[in-house]
Amino acid sequence: MTEFSARYSDTPRKKNRIAQYKWAVIAGIGLSAILFQVYVPRFVSYLSFLELPLLVTVHFALMRRSPTLGVFLGSLIGLAQDSLSSNPLGMFGIVKTLVGYFAATVSQRFDVETSGARLVLAFFFFVFHQFFYWVLGRALLGQPITLDLPQTLLMAALNALVAVPLYHILDKLRVTE
Amino acid sequence: MDLLFYRYRHLTVLLVVILAQLGLLAFQVRNDQDVRLIRVWSVGAVSPLARVLEFARTGGSGFIDDYFLLVDVRQENKKLRDDLDATLLENQRIKAELETAQRAEALAMFQKETPMKTVPARIFMNSTGSSSTVFVDVGSSQGVQKGMAVITPAGIVGKVTAVYSSASMVLLATDPLFAAGVISQKNRAQGTLKGEGNGSPTIDFVQNEQPLEVGEWFYTSGNDFIFPRGLRVGTVTTVKNGVHRKDIQLKLSGFDQGLEHVLVVIEGVHAPIPEVPVESAPISLLAPPTEGAAPTADGQPARAAQTGPLATDADRVVDKLRRSGTVRSAAPDAVPAVPATPTPAARP
Repeated sequence: MTEFSARYSDTPRKKNRIAQYKWAVIAGIGLSAILFQVYVPRFVSYLSFLELPLLVTVHFALMRRSPTLGVFLGSLIGLAQDSLSSNPLGMFGIVKTLVGYFAATVSQRFDVETSGARLVLAFFFFVFHQFFYWVLGRALLGQPITLDLPQTLLMAALNALVAVPLYHILDKLRVTE
Repeated sequence: MDLLFYRYRHLTVLLVVILAQLGLLAFQVRNDQDVRLIRVWSVGAVSPLARVLEFARTGGSGFIDDYFLLVDVRQENKKLRDDLDATLLENQRIKAELETAQRAEALAMFQKETPMKTVPARIFMNSTGSSSTVFVDVGSSQGVQKGMAVITPAGIVGKVTAVYSSASMVLLATDPLFAAGVISQKNRAQGTLKGEGNGSPTIDFVQNEQPLEVGEWFYTSGNDFIFPRGLRVGTVTTVKNGVHRKDIQLKLSGFDQGLEHVLVVIEGVHAPIPEVPVESAPISLLAPPTEGAAPTADGQPARAAQTGPLATDADRVVDKLRRSGTVRSAAPDAVPAVPATPTPAARP
């Protein structure tokens, strides 16, 4: 085994840590998250704080531990969200692409299967997502978007609290060999 | 080189995807065009599921109320409370259904009476990112086009910003990107309605010198080529002088009953702004003298037996005409939904 392959190929130990999901499950969960976001807040308005597409993107990126997959998953979910908004396509797409990439990168270096780590990561990536969306909106589109920091932090905390049990449920959908 | 590429393959993919999306974004902003195909795919994937959910919700709510809740109540084994709770729930459900039916009936009546050509629609899901953009269940197959007005009998609601085969996206009047030309009923102050992202939109471009009162109605002016002239917008809640122009906040009348059923205006008809009804102060008039009226016990002449609106000959004539159907009475504060002399709106 060359130095290159030893260094960059997946080791057996690491391979064991990579969670496998059926593609239909990933697609179904992503679609359900978007459907939840557009449908449920119509009747339960206080649930509009939940950014389920983001939580799902973070989960699959963390569990699959592949930045490339995180990039594609984030961009697909983000573009689907853009399609259902009045914004130009690409706003959510770019932000979620970055989230998917960084979440997968983090998962390669840290153990992300503990509840504490997931809580912190969900909180961090929510703030990251909202901040970059605000930057893109103002810088690229010149939209008068405001970033209410206390509200963002509160929503990040709530999303993080939801993320822990949600990720636990999503773990059950792994393919077991 | 291969080693370098392999080492940074994830970063390369990230950069390529980000640059592709930036290009997509730049294309849309620069050409003011939409990439329709992607939106059609997404709406096509999500809207049927949302419709199924909506169908299940409306159809299943009665089942849930009547079965699951009753099962829970039976388990509590409190018969009297069971009956009371079930009755209250049933009343609540019937009341909600009645309100929905009344709103739908008002909408149907308005659609029948208005000279405008409209299509009834139901809001079935929100958009992502913003709660002031929604989807309605009519699209290009029903004749809906981008830029059409969306209203209720009570007032304007928003405008269509994207159309798909069986669904359309509606930008609500509360959205910061929304704007419409408006005119006040009493002082004829012209301005532009702008959403603020909350329930209190503002009216801009009204000069400080222009008189305006709290409670005054605003109507669409027809100058925006979207809303026909003469549709209700809302009433002024606050008005004060600003640096150059007045700061005006409005309460939208179209949102009063909640948004579920709306009308998409396929063919608008301009109508005049209704005049403000003149409020006349009550005037006390004596009854006409009656021939041969016997004085009362205290020596005063007897008052006429009939007083009030039919006390004069003119009143009797009007009453006679009213009975014959020539003259119809109208509530003094009634604002006609559809003014008498409509003119077709020109769509550019």
